[in-house]
Amino acid sequence: MAKVKARVKSPKSVKKGEVFQVKTLISHKMESGRRKNKKTGENIPRMIINSFACNYNGKEVFASDWHPAVSANPYMAFHVRAVDSGTLDFMWKDDSGKEYKKSAKIAVT
Amino acid sequence: MRKLYIASLLIGGMALGSTASQAEDKDWGAYKVGDKLSGYTYATKETRAIQDDDFENPAQIWVDQAEGNWSSVEGEAGKSCESCHNAASDSMKGVATRYPVLNKNKAAMVNVEQQINFCRTSQMKAKAWKWESAELLGMTAFVKLQSRGMPVNVKIDGPVTPYYEKGKAFYYERRGQLDMACKHCHEDNPGKYARANLLSQGQSNGFPTYRLKWQKIGSLHRRFRGCNKNIRAQPFAYGAPEYVNLELYLNSRGQGLPVETPSVRN
Ligand code: HEC
Ligand code: HEC
Repeated sequence: MAKVKARVKSPKSVKKGEVFQVKTLISHKMESGRRKNKKTGENIPRMIINSFACNYNGKEVFASDWHPAVSANPYMAFHVRAVDSGTLDFMWKDDSGKEYKKSAKIAVT
Repeated sequence: MRKLYIASLLIGGMALGSTASQAEDKDWGAYKVGDKLSGYTYATKETRAIQDDDFENPAQIWVDQAEGNWSSVEGEAGKSCESCHNAASDSMKGVATRYPVLNKNKAAMVNVEQQINFCRTSQMKAKAWKWESAELLGMTAFVKLQSRGMPVNVKIDGPVTPYYEKGKAFYYERRGQLDMACKHCHEDNPGKYARANLLSQGQSNGFPTYRLKWQKIGSLHRRFRGCNKNIRAQPFAYGAPEYVNLELYLNSRGQGLPVETPSVRN
């Protein structure tokens, strides 16, 4: 898949103080850097998403560093506590420095 | 005696170990119809969990993309799939249960991939999508998804019978350096291990499938090619009549199992 696509699933509305689940998935080949081109014998350069973070109204609530053993099209789920209505911003960054972003609105009642 | 014992374990040079991790007496719900078991029932618990959650199932990335392509105009006729077929949820419902079918001039069987490309070239005046391209895999999965849960129900009577017979003959024919037929693994030995792989009944109801080993979605014909190469037999081309007939036979063999596209397999 040439074009990287990110998907996010989070509830539209939650009660204040409630802990809710966020699911994310991004299409990425996650080239580990350990594979060889079968024809030329040369190493295929590493190209993975090396970090992922989620900000909630501008404040970081989840962050992780990823390594070459992570499979292609990585899935990540985590939990966040509802504080105020606002926005969840998601950001993935790969070895080329490219950033992939996605956001979701959340209403806290 | 001893020789006989070894011979029963070594079929055509491929060691088959016993013991299944699959719980025979588990209630598999729709995934078991009579003695027909979907590949789902042989997958690990973790793999099944990925398939159970449409969000977690990475195949949905390709399906999402295809949903966008459904309504995008391409080709000289200035049409999209939607121009003629409207909502896929209505027009494509049940399609996957019936295919492959006899083509218009009744000269060959066509599967869903081929029908999609036929619409692209003849109706849209657009280029055919390549086999195993993200576009063709995604659209095939998107079309088949509209039949998810519906039982496979292919016709094999009348003018279709000769194609069915050819597919069936292929299934039982020994080939390759290991001199094995599909039957030897998927009919005689499901539940046993061939090298590190737990053999299933080799059912076709979940394709295109997201295979963890491939780290992407793949077609049934890719699976056929893999199974042919494993026994060191020459694989056929994607979409070859031999494979479409075989697809018909497999679907009929799995008649009644629910369409599971896009499935997730180890
Ligand atoms: C100009 C109109 C037109 C366009 C555009 C078109 N199709 Fe079709 N399609 C047809 C017609 C007519 C049939 C049935 C007769 C036939 O086999 O040609 C058909 C049949 C099909 C079938 C089989 C349905 C069945 O019940 O057996 C599928 C699947 C299909 N089209 C998919 C697509 C897809 C996917 C696209 C876009 C890539 C597309 N079509 C674009 C006219 C169109
Ligand atoms: C040497 C053993 C062997 C032979 C012979 C063999 N396969 Fe397979 N096949 C496998 C293995 C191993 C798998 C992966 C695990 C499983 O689902 O059985 C597999 C998987 C499959 C699947 C995927 C099942 C699913 O649920 O996703 C299909 C379909 C299939 N084979 C069809 C065939 C056909 C058709 C033939 C004959 C052309 C064939 N196989 C011959 C070993 C074999």
